[in-house]
Amino acid sequence: MSSVYSVKDSLTENKIFLSRIVAIFIFIIMLIVILMARLIYLQVVGHEHYASLAKNNRIKLIPVPPTRGIIYDRKGRILAENLPSYSLELIPEQVPDLNETLDRLKVLLNISEEKITQFRRQYKQKRRFNSTPLLLKMNDEQVAKFAVVRPSFPGVDIHAGLIRHYPYPEFTSHVVGYVGRINVKELKTLPEAEYRGTHHVGKTGIEKSFETQLHGKTGFAEIETNAQGRFINTLDTIAPQPGDDLFLSLDIDLQKTAYEALDIFNGTVIAIDIESGGVLVFVSKPGFDANQFVSGISTTNYKALQNSDARPLFNRALRGLYPPGSTIKPFIGLAGLEYQVIKPETSKFCPGYYQLPNLSHKYRDWKRWGHGAVNLKDAITQSCDVYFYDLAFNLGIDNIHNFLEQFGFNKKTGIDLVSEKKGLIPSRKRKKKVKNESWYHGETLITGIGQGFTQVTGLQLAKATATLANRGKIVNPHLVSQFVTGNTHYSTTQPESETIPLQPENINQVIEAMINVVHGRRGTAKRLSKGINYQIAGKTGTAQVFSVKQEERYSEAEISFKLRDHALFIAFAPADQPKIAIAVIAENGGHGSSVAAPIAAKVIKQYLSELEPQ
Amino acid sequence: MNTETRQEQFHSSSLIGKLLRKLHIDIPLLAGLLMLSALSLTILYSAGNQNLAILTKQMLRMAIAFVFMIVLAHINPQQFQRHSTTLYGLGVLLLIAVLLMGDVGKGAQRWLNLGFFRFQPSEMIKITTPMMVASYLADHPLPPKWKQIGIAAILIFLPTLLIAKQPDLGTAILVASSGAAVLFFAGISWRFLLSTIAILASLTPILWYFMRDYQRKRVMTLLNPEADPLGAGYHIIQSKIAIGSGGISGKGWLGTTQSKLDFLPESSTDFIFAVFAEEFGLSGCIGLLLLYLLIITRCLYIAVQAQDSYSRLLAGSLTFTFFVYVFVNIGMVIGILPVVGVPLPLISYGGTSMVTLLGGFGILMSIHTHRKFLPT
Repeated sequence: MSSVYSVKDSLTENKIFLSRIVAIFIFIIMLIVILMARLIYLQVVGHEHYASLAKNNRIKLIPVPPTRGIIYDRKGRILAENLPSYSLELIPEQVPDLNETLDRLKVLLNISEEKITQFRRQYKQKRRFNSTPLLLKMNDEQVAKFAVVRPSFPGVDIHAGLIRHYPYPEFTSHVVGYVGRINVKELKTLPEAEYRGTHHVGKTGIEKSFETQLHGKTGFAEIETNAQGRFINTLDTIAPQPGDDLFLSLDIDLQKTAYEALDIFNGTVIAIDIESGGVLVFVSKPGFDANQFVSGISTTNYKALQNSDARPLFNRALRGLYPPGSTIKPFIGLAGLEYQVIKPETSKFCPGYYQLPNLSHKYRDWKRWGHGAVNLKDAITQSCDVYFYDLAFNLGIDNIHNFLEQFGFNKKTGIDLVSEKKGLIPSRKRKKKVKNESWYHGETLITGIGQGFTQVTGLQLAKATATLANRGKIVNPHLVSQFVTGNTHYSTTQPESETIPLQPENINQVIEAMINVVHGRRGTAKRLSKGINYQIAGKTGTAQVFSVKQEERYSEAEISFKLRDHALFIAFAPADQPKIAIAVIAENGGHGSSVAAPIAAKVIKQYLSELEPQ
Repeated sequence: MNTETRQEQFHSSSLIGKLLRKLHIDIPLLAGLLMLSALSLTILYSAGNQNLAILTKQMLRMAIAFVFMIVLAHINPQQFQRHSTTLYGLGVLLLIAVLLMGDVGKGAQRWLNLGFFRFQPSEMIKITTPMMVASYLADHPLPPKWKQIGIAAILIFLPTLLIAKQPDLGTAILVASSGAAVLFFAGISWRFLLSTIAILASLTPILWYFMRDYQRKRVMTLLNPEADPLGAGYHIIQSKIAIGSGGISGKGWLGTTQSKLDFLPESSTDFIFAVFAEEFGLSGCIGLLLLYLLIITRCLYIAVQAQDSYSRLLAGSLTFTFFVYVFVNIGMVIGILPVVGVPLPLISYGGTSMVTLLGGFGILMSIHTHRKFLPT
């Protein structure tokens, strides 16, 4: 402190400080003068220019929404397009009395109260000078009626625009998805400037996954309006950039065939082109009319969809979790060979049940009186449970878990759709973590026949089948094969696929057994082999929806339809040179052999007949 | 002015005057601040579409801020000096805490949630940084030597970088300039000052490299707002239309169209000057700028009258920072500076910056009213 108060220092300090205060004062005055100069420039020199912008001839920037990209199937057939439509839009700032106007419009055009409420919610989120749609899709009568009385509705106008349309609304509702009005939550995450002129956004399926590509870039028009906000002329425009068109690997004919083949059953069918990984069929039944969502579905209709027992809004192919049942057996069998727990010729006697050493509990075979002596091929062909109980017991849950994971179970397939489920292959670690219980041998046994904790999606099942058909080279399913920007086609790039290290001899054994399922004398799906000149390799499956108590038999007729077993079938063909892999799950279908297998056969037949030359 | 007359003047005034002195209030400064507050409420009433709830809320904030000012005015400047290091250290620690676990609002991490209320440490550091630098430099002979300049620079850059990282460019600028102002008033040589500015200017391309995308966009927007009229340029275009259409005399109070019709975004907060300019025109704008200038002049006078190095440096710095607020805000609204989130001091809607600003004025009043009238 002392040095600060030494006289000499204090004097110099005072002097310097005073000069600095003066300097800063001059500096501040200079900057204030600059601010004033700019204000004079804006408010005096530019006044007329800005006043005209603000008042009489307001120049407005009208966003011009881009045209949404079109979605095609593999043969260029349209799955989602844009159709011209008329919408009734209001510019709130120009409507003298909003309530009165809405009341009049309601009577004149017969608008439901719901649409009015929806509009009220919507326009509050927007700037008052932006137009907000009241009716997204006007019918001809409404257009005609309004056109006559238009002058008495300032601020209300008919806009010609495009509206999304799905030509196959029911078949493609889960794969293509749909667009709907942008809601409050989406408004926060979407780039504001880009969506200023857009009313719709992809909600599910491809429409959602590829929103950025499909949407395009908003353009704008600078227009001059008079004091009432009526358009006078366009000064300048920057054209919008239309969204990319997408080509899917999906085949709409096959999709239709599969959907209809499911008949009375709900469920899912997935077919994959093995070579490219392109998904040919992506059925989740029941579907729904996706077009309803575009023009704004009414609450009653929405509730009906939501509360329906069949759960039509649920994407079964992507999110439906099912026990794989016996369709898991080829993979378990392959694991047995790979881990050298069994040899192809190893035979095991099946008396119709299996017992763990020193335990009395009987694990039943589906065939009450047993299959007799069976080796791996017989066991897959006839779907012998006892053989696989024993094999699973010898493999142990750790090996089963690790081997199945290689085929893509217990993880997402990585298909280009959002919110895929990853299924579950149980493990010691997971059970400890979730239930805090240790693993029991009995649980290993039922895992070996695809029951118990095991859950898979139809998509996973199809991927695993395709990978098996591809001899261990992993097939990565995807839907979009090409996108088109302007006139240029780009193919989507797929990740380099890895190969599961497997002995070719072991794969041959399993594939041969699967061929025997369809073409063998005792195969569970032998009915399919009639009338085809190629071989199908397949495996039937029946997944228990509820478990049967000890010493109890059940007949399907006794239990209600909803508790009936799910019917499953996986297959690929032609067996020697696989082109297509398929997984079918028919909910409550009863038996895989009678219900699911014929569906797969139909799809395979149709696909292969088209591939043949001529 | 000799001691006798000054003391005479000091003791001979009205009862209210005595009371106010007891309260450690500087009357001219208070008068200026009250005028600004009244103006703020007037414009807010119009900009907020005559919403009384907004007005009541702002009045409550003002009351709290004024009480805070008076509380600070009662504390002896020596106390500020004594606790500068502690307060600064605390501020820096809180800034680090914000980066580690702060709440995210509008895409930036600025708030510290203390459970019962949310606190913005970057506001506190706006005052404690100049306090720290002033206290450090005042402990050594002035003008400062190289070593002291170096240490002062570190003291300034530490909080500036922490705030810039949040990211809050506006506040970072204010903190940096408040610290730099202390150095300037302490008497660093002009040659040093000018060469630093030259070096910094030549470093701008590097700064550009470190800027975030949205910050670059704002600079680009300033240069050519018409390039992106629906996105980033929208603010500036609408703001210029509002100001320009106000003309010389303005459209009159409550008479605007731009803010009423929602053309102008953030018309109550950062862009409130545009509403003011539209309603009161050039004459009103010049009046407002002069009112700011009057307050600044009074503050500089207080700085000149201050009796020790610490008080002087701090007073000078707080005054300059206040001006930077005014200049940066108006500069961005009239389109000569990029858009950074700095409110128009004591006019914009919002509480945090008002408390800090009036806190600063409280310190100025404390410096002025705690003088000992020694013969000079």
